[in-house]
Amino acid sequence: MHRIALLLLLVCASALGVEPGAPAADFALPDEKGRVVTLADQRGKILYLDFWASWCVPCRQSFPWLNDMQARYASRGLQIVGVGLDEKRQDADRFLASYPARFTIAFDATGATPRAYGVKGMPSSYLIGRDGRVIFRHIGFRPSDKAELERRIARALERGAR
Amino acid sequence: MKRLRPARPGFACCLAILAAGCSFIEPVAPWEKGTLAKPEMGFDAARFDARYDEHIYTSREAAPAASGVGGGGCGCN
Repeated sequence: MHRIALLLLLVCASALGVEPGAPAADFALPDEKGRVVTLADQRGKILYLDFWASWCVPCRQSFPWLNDMQARYASRGLQIVGVGLDEKRQDADRFLASYPARFTIAFDATGATPRAYGVKGMPSSYLIGRDGRVIFRHIGFRPSDKAELERRIARALERGAR
Repeated sequence: MKRLRPARPGFACCLAILAAGCSFIEPVAPWEKGTLAKPEMGFDAARFDARYDEHIYTSREAAPAASGVGGGGCGCN
């Protein structure tokens, strides 16, 4: 009986996805050149994991801002990884041609990573600390979110530096 | 007392599927909504068509300016 309850709890926990404070789910995804990007590679950095798709309109608005964040905070230990969730790689490539990314891009056509993270809307982003735990998650992207997101990233970098 | 008929597994199976309905179908995940995001999937996919429909609607419903179209209230839309 206890075993069934535990199993149920586990199933429910996996459906909930990654909550702030919980360890981030591991992933190993190919980048644009076929090299593998993993969560373990990013240890020691503050990771901003962004789930995007070519058809997602707010994602278009987020890319210039992500480029800006990567350029400004890379020296302080920020690494942005954008996970493209298009089923067809050509769609993602076309998007990247129009909205170039100056941060790490990885692809997951299967949807296993967003499922593990419990992505509830597009785009979704997760800030993961140097200890591999989720600091916060954010759903959607509006230009008005920029200031608050940047403030939280800067605060995480500051806290992580100590 | 009336004897109960032996349970038929096929019938029981059909009943179970009927009762389950579509509950076993997983909802579309947010990252799978690429097709739904296409402009032609919107309620007013064709802009001019939508504008025309709206014009017909407001005139047939005798409701000038019902959809934000400016009207003088003379009924001559």
